[in-house]
Amino acid sequence: MAFYDGVFDSLGLRSWCDAGANDGPMTMAQLLQKKSGVTPEVAATQSTPLMDTPFPSLDSLHEACNSIPRTRDMTEAVELSFLSIKDPLKAVLDPITQPLSWALDGTMNLFEATPWFIMIPALLLLTWFAARSLGIVLLVAASFLFLGFIDHYTYAIQTLSIIFVCTMISVAIGVPIGIAMARNDTFQRINIPLLDMLQTLPTFVYLIPLIFLFSVTESKLYGIAIILYAVVPVIRLTDLGIRLVDRDVIEAADAFGMTDRQKLFGVQIPLALPNIMAGVNQTIMMSLAMVVIASLVSAPGLGVLVLRGIRNLELGVGLVSGFGIVLLAVLLDRCTKAALNRINVSTKAGS
Amino acid sequence: MTPTAPTMPATDPARVKVAIRNLYKIFGPDPQTALTLVREGMGKNELLDHHNHTLGLNDINVDIREGEITVIMGLSGSGKSTLIRHLNRLIEPTAGEVLLDGENVLTYGPADLRRLRQEKMSMVFQKFALLPHRTVLQNAGMSRRIRGEDQDTADREGGKWLDRVGLAGVEAQYPHQLSGGMQQRVGIARALASDSDIMLMDEAFSALDPLIRSDMQGLLLELQKDLHKTIVFITHDLDEALRLADHLVILKDGFVVQQGEPQHILLYPSDPYIEAFVGEINRARVLRVRSIMQRCPDVPPAFSGVVSPDATLEELIEMSGGNTECCYNVQQDGADLGILDMQHLVRALVPARPGEDKLAAQ
Repeated sequence: MAFYDGVFDSLGLRSWCDAGANDGPMTMAQLLQKKSGVTPEVAATQSTPLMDTPFPSLDSLHEACNSIPRTRDMTEAVELSFLSIKDPLKAVLDPITQPLSWALDGTMNLFEATPWFIMIPALLLLTWFAARSLGIVLLVAASFLFLGFIDHYTYAIQTLSIIFVCTMISVAIGVPIGIAMARNDTFQRINIPLLDMLQTLPTFVYLIPLIFLFSVTESKLYGIAIILYAVVPVIRLTDLGIRLVDRDVIEAADAFGMTDRQKLFGVQIPLALPNIMAGVNQTIMMSLAMVVIASLVSAPGLGVLVLRGIRNLELGVGLVSGFGIVLLAVLLDRCTKAALNRINVSTKAGS
Repeated sequence: MTPTAPTMPATDPARVKVAIRNLYKIFGPDPQTALTLVREGMGKNELLDHHNHTLGLNDINVDIREGEITVIMGLSGSGKSTLIRHLNRLIEPTAGEVLLDGENVLTYGPADLRRLRQEKMSMVFQKFALLPHRTVLQNAGMSRRIRGEDQDTADREGGKWLDRVGLAGVEAQYPHQLSGGMQQRVGIARALASDSDIMLMDEAFSALDPLIRSDMQGLLLELQKDLHKTIVFITHDLDEALRLADHLVILKDGFVVQQGEPQHILLYPSDPYIEAFVGEINRARVLRVRSIMQRCPDVPPAFSGVVSPDATLEELIEMSGGNTECCYNVQQDGADLGILDMQHLVRALVPARPGEDKLAAQ
């Protein structure tokens, strides 16, 4: 007799319960009971004290009524249902996401194949165009020479290439979604919980289904994980930026008969640009954070060294590569912030 | 201040450019039901308290005449900004008609409406609403670019009007580098550059300090002398309204309390609300000789001087040196119009009360 037997008896459900009786695989608890020599029947005859009343969970209800599934039946069902949709899902997602693999691999090959004496000046030139600040260019130069000097240059370039591709794709996806959210309240209401979920889900959690869907050797696996995590800020800040555009200016645009397209490209996006750039900055920072975790699923770069530090307890390797990541983060942040400030100055709002 | 060219007296029937007919605007979830209640005579407060709808505009009928400045005046919450936004349909009415050259604007589809806003009505805003990321010249030529004209035409037109409003030399600057008064000049240049017949000015000078405001009023009157645009001007400032208006509409709680020639409203206020307004202002500076002179064909030979009908009373008092014995001959282009004696003038300076008002009218 289990604790909740009486409940099912009094509801007249006993026959339904017994009809569902089947000897599923034995649970660990049953196994232990068997070993200690106390059969369930004997245990049940001892009346349970009130203070020990079990929570009416699936497992304790199952003890009283076999028709009710156990918790592990439930998790198994989730697993089975995922596995059953896995193949059709894979058939759809695989071709769609294939370009991501190409982009990641292609960029990685390009970055690695470019000799350091071309790559570093190219990066410095890019920094100059984005930030127009000699100080930041010098900082970038010093950092890369240092990373090269301690033989971390290749790892750093790998990490950089992943971030480069993932940020590009995040912006390409995020800005249009943000614009759509700013224009449609319903779409915004639907999306906000999704974005909240993407931001709060522990990063390991989306790796689990992704591992089942794609092969661990494919680069799109970590690409998707990084983009899902990093796309959120650019969406949010694009939405916010467009909603924050001065109503008076929008009204003026309407009063002079602008079409929606003229308004979007001529007024809303330019005026939201500082916010959008702030979103891009956040996206870069978040993809950098994720690229380390993604090394668990074979993403190359500095994260691999950090992982080695953890796995083999190689303290020095872990700390030095961790410092390398911090250095990259500082560089990317300074560059994008300087670019952002440049935009802010040229579009500073009136009065 | 006195125009030298003979101006058309406001009483002459000019062509009606825009006619607002039985316009209602009710804000709330179910305006149509509320509309029937309002038509049955429910007031603004009752509608808000019991039905949770706000009565924005209540049966507005206004004729806006071609080439005149129509000033719509009222305190905040009187619905004046709501009203002006119905003309170019930035706000959709609950019921009524807005006729532009006899065509009902409210039947327009999106394309017609855009053409109306691009070509027929331009607007000047209280907070200037310039595009902060464009230069002054690009802002001024904005309406041309929106219409799809090329950058050269836009720059030429924009530059021409910037020059006209006294802003030559700042074309390459950004709006935030200019003072408020200069920004509003850009706003006016932008509206003029669209070459529309109608200009809507929503509290255009209210954000400016008094001296600049007076300058801008002068600028507007001077431009109007040459351009003869149909201007709808919103303000909460009676002095501004009286200085600019050919036709004055006074709004209160969403309905028209009184409308007409400003001098007439000043002399014969129809409502305690308007009296309270009118009581505050310097009547001598606003009232003109033509409004209070006695029309008589045969002028007595003895008078102290000749005065133009458009002179203000203040100017006449100054002319007389404070002598109340004087009597003046009012002449326009050498033709006698009537006489004005100083004692009559002094009586006109006393704010009218409704009772006396009727006596005086008889």
